[in-house]
Amino acid sequence: MMTEAYIYDHVRTPRGKGRPDGKLHEISAVSLVSQTLHALRDRNALDTTQVEEVVLGCVAAVGEQGGNIARIALLNAGFDESVPGVQLNRYCSSGLDAVNFAAAKVMAGQAEMAIGGGVEMMSRTPMGSDGGAWAIDPQVAFRTRFVMQGISADLLASLHGYSREQLDAYALASQQRAARAWAEGRFARSVIAVRDVVGAVVLDRDEHLRPDTTAESLAALKPAFHEMGTKYGFDAVALQRYPEMERIEHLHHAGNSSGVVDGAGAVLVGSLAAGQRAGLRPRARIRSFASIGTEPTLMLTGPAPSAQRALAKAGMSTADIDLWELNEAFSAVVLSFMETMNVPHEVINVNGGAIALGHPLGATGAMILGTVLDELERTGKGTALVNLCVGAGMGTATIIERVS
Amino acid sequence: MKNSAVINPVAVAGSAATLQTLRFSVDADGIALVTLDRQDKTMNTIDLVLINELAGVIARIREDADIKGAVITSGKDAFLAGADLFDIEARLYDNLGRAAADMVEETYTLNQLLRPLEVCGKPVACAFNGLALGGGLEVGLACHYRVAADGKQLQFGLPEVQVGLLPAGGGTTRLTRLLGLQAAMPFLLEGKAVGAQEALKAGILHAVVPAAELQANAKAWVLANPAAKQPWDTKGWKTPGGAGAMAPAVAQTLVVTNAMLQAGTQHNYPAPLAILSCMYEGAQLPIETALRLEAKYMAQLLADPVSGNMLRTLFVNKSKADKLVRRPVGVPKRKHSRIGMLGAGLMGGGIAMVAAQANIEVMLIDRTQEAADKGKAYVAKRLESAVAKGRTTRDKADAVLARIHPTTDYAALCDVSIVVEAVFEDRAVKAEVTRLAEAAMPADAVFASNTSSLPITGLAEISVRPGHFIGLHFFSPVDRMPLVEVIRGKATSDATLAEALDLVQQLRKTPIIVNDSRGFFTSRFFGAVVNEGVTLLTEGVKPALIENASKHAGLPVGPLTVSDEVGLDLAVNVAKQTAKDLGDAYQPGSSLAVIRRLVEGHGRHGRKNGKGFFDYAADGSKRLWPGLAQAFPVAAAQPTATQIRERLLYAAVVDAAKCMADGVVTDPGEADVGAVLGVGFPTYLGGPFSMMDTVGLPQVVAICDRLAAQYGERFLLPPLIAEMAAAGETFYGPHARTQFRAGA
Repeated sequence: MMTEAYIYDHVRTPRGKGRPDGKLHEISAVSLVSQTLHALRDRNALDTTQVEEVVLGCVAAVGEQGGNIARIALLNAGFDESVPGVQLNRYCSSGLDAVNFAAAKVMAGQAEMAIGGGVEMMSRTPMGSDGGAWAIDPQVAFRTRFVMQGISADLLASLHGYSREQLDAYALASQQRAARAWAEGRFARSVIAVRDVVGAVVLDRDEHLRPDTTAESLAALKPAFHEMGTKYGFDAVALQRYPEMERIEHLHHAGNSSGVVDGAGAVLVGSLAAGQRAGLRPRARIRSFASIGTEPTLMLTGPAPSAQRALAKAGMSTADIDLWELNEAFSAVVLSFMETMNVPHEVINVNGGAIALGHPLGATGAMILGTVLDELERTGKGTALVNLCVGAGMGTATIIERVS
Repeated sequence: MKNSAVINPVAVAGSAATLQTLRFSVDADGIALVTLDRQDKTMNTIDLVLINELAGVIARIREDADIKGAVITSGKDAFLAGADLFDIEARLYDNLGRAAADMVEETYTLNQLLRPLEVCGKPVACAFNGLALGGGLEVGLACHYRVAADGKQLQFGLPEVQVGLLPAGGGTTRLTRLLGLQAAMPFLLEGKAVGAQEALKAGILHAVVPAAELQANAKAWVLANPAAKQPWDTKGWKTPGGAGAMAPAVAQTLVVTNAMLQAGTQHNYPAPLAILSCMYEGAQLPIETALRLEAKYMAQLLADPVSGNMLRTLFVNKSKADKLVRRPVGVPKRKHSRIGMLGAGLMGGGIAMVAAQANIEVMLIDRTQEAADKGKAYVAKRLESAVAKGRTTRDKADAVLARIHPTTDYAALCDVSIVVEAVFEDRAVKAEVTRLAEAAMPADAVFASNTSSLPITGLAEISVRPGHFIGLHFFSPVDRMPLVEVIRGKATSDATLAEALDLVQQLRKTPIIVNDSRGFFTSRFFGAVVNEGVTLLTEGVKPALIENASKHAGLPVGPLTVSDEVGLDLAVNVAKQTAKDLGDAYQPGSSLAVIRRLVEGHGRHGRKNGKGFFDYAADGSKRLWPGLAQAFPVAAAQPTATQIRERLLYAAVVDAAKCMADGVVTDPGEADVGAVLGVGFPTYLGGPFSMMDTVGLPQVVAICDRLAAQYGERFLLPPLIAEMAAAGETFYGPHARTQFRAGA
């Protein structure tokens, strides 16, 4: 019989701007995620010898983010030496996959308590620093028809016929919802202040959001991927796969795409028995999770089938989900998901998303899981589905059910 | 070098020796001088004979303690070429059906020669006295020092990509190591060739000196550098700009280059990918492994039919056409120095310009002086733009312009050797100017019509000297399109044909000779593709899919685009004229209903009136007309781009086969050149006849039978093809059929 996995606590850092002038830039990646591990330990008076696994998502796992940051960060955080750690990379959903793999161990009865989370300091180790064959190795790029994800986003928007106005309206809503969430303290329980070497606070709230965004200010932004698509051949490559399209309209820009930021998050997962032993109250039960792959050139179509797979595994339908949290990689990703799955805007990304707050690649999945759990608790709603679109066409989804 | 990978070095003894391909001597300072100078050919080319002798020389240099170093140069005008036309043509069919793995060893042979040269332990200088393209430059790259004479005719480059191959004598590997990936790309991926000064600036050469100082300079360097080693054989050396996925500059460049190559080749040309893979992978490997990898990627290309198709059409057959191999014998060469040009429109102006650029005086005649002047003004504008872009000088442009004489007076034709007519496509108009010209021009001059649609024999009926009447079909824009279709009417004499070909050669264009037919060869051949593309709309195929599938097939523009460019109203008029001419025999093309609907139903004439299949904006951009979906409802199930590609290409192939069976074209090589150079048939296919050979004639018959059953009679091949298939015959190669027309 399968053990149930419960979420006991979750924390995340605020997201700093992913540039040298971002407030988190001076903090090393290990230090940042160590602070989330400290918080989990201290808030829950956790005996870390009970933690049997730490899984951390981190995408650009090179340089200071290389060498299995999970094990090193937990040692750095003073966790007991018996705690093993492993870093994983499923691109943008790594943080959620980390939680899923941690939960899987619990559900399989092979670990009683585990932590899943992630870290990404895009200001210090930029996206792409880890190389990879997909875009670079000519044989591979040709065979898989790689295009940069901005082109995929514009292709997705063109396939669905979205207008610039529609994409921008969605982005505006994200900004407004994020501003409201901060103003109302909806994140207070879970966002921890990040401190420097002398213990002073360097950042305690998300930096990237622009509450004064308007439709006009968004309309003024130039499409970001036009040159890449038309001058550098990526549109032609995409149309080799989608020849029924006359052209790709380039509509995405910095204001309706996810922000480049720094951040870390961690989620404490365990069995009911382990929680009881530790004196902890479970906050949610993990119902199911799933990953899937879709066409890699279009890339951003993983969310719907991964959600459907997770729903099927849980024996649920979309009607059973109260809140949806889909990472806002690009406006078109969420618009197409809402359209495909028939999910109204009122119940998805209700506190804003990566367009306003930013997307620290390896961490986001864990962070938005926590965000939607907080919202379930705030509103008394029951179930949530968290998912993300992922590089190379993948998608990962997790379904949780509030229990507290 | 088929199946022969074994090098047998020729012994080189004594202080001087003359071998079949080179001369060897050692001077008092112990410097060996190697002068490449083949006794059996007019050009130095690389074959096993040269390799064996050079191997002997290298062994001698290495082993003889009295030899301090060497200078390699050439005794001919050019330094060294990889292969000549004869070599290439002879080897075209060597690799048919061979697996790549079986060809690696022999492909590696040149590397096997040059690597020992590079590490022989003594300094070797390469003194380029003449141009070095392909294999010639590769020999130089394996030397430690490269100096060139500063002559204008010197060119340096590795053009193998242009014929679907890669530089497999170490050129890909060494140029990448010398310049770094990014800087080496234009040379390797585009086959860019540069002069001596640019090669010096790029870092390919070490020095450029006056020709008289060349050998002295090379020798002085050898004496001053006893411990010469290649940069990449030196400890601590790294590829300039980095290598591998973790080098940021490399990664950035490759991400973009991978996309641009896919966009440019549409996945139809394997060579650029093979070269880029060689560069990327090889730069991360020790040089000997990299050289072997280079041979493997080359073997892959040799096993692919694309390079054979490109070599045969773009190099072998184009060269033959340029050399006028089918010029009638016995007719003295005609040097055209004064010609007449009737019609000062776009074509007339263009032809006048290229003639004037070829030092020919042009009498540019039109109905009014204004019109004639306008033609010259058009040329002036084109030359102005060329001067502004630095492509020519003010003086040269003025000289060209001075050779164009606009007039309304037909008397100006009194001493021309040929008259080219490019007036309005109307029999009456053409008849009038023909009469006027023939009254004024010399009796022995040729009269050529640039008509694109009216059969020559019919036009020649009003000529007083039909033997002197011929078609010279130029393509627009005249200065950029290399092809001229030379059309023999029923009465055209051999002398006329010969002299018309002479003009084409003077204009530095490539002629193909076709016999008279409606649409000649190129127009009807390409018309078949356009017809098929437009017909697809009647089946509910999405217009965007038609255009994209066409591009994916390697056609330069889609059928809907080209229809708009040519003019939909023109197509309707041509159809009406043809119906008039043929009477009951007339069969409208399957696309005519579509074109008529647009022209007559919606007043859409194409780009010229801002609307056709596309809507044209003021800024030149275009978008498919949204009304197409109402006029031609879109079907729920769409064919794949691959299926459309098959229909478009086979529509052309069937028409080409008919042209061959009917004797419109008589030589497959010539027809392929015309298809590729005239109307953009994809070069990776080599042309319609190359394509049939590549696919295999039995398979072509099966495919066309299927297409005819599904889509209509227009896909029915003439019996010729099935006959050939049954007899195991092909268009090219050892089983080539020699006669194509029954009774011809």
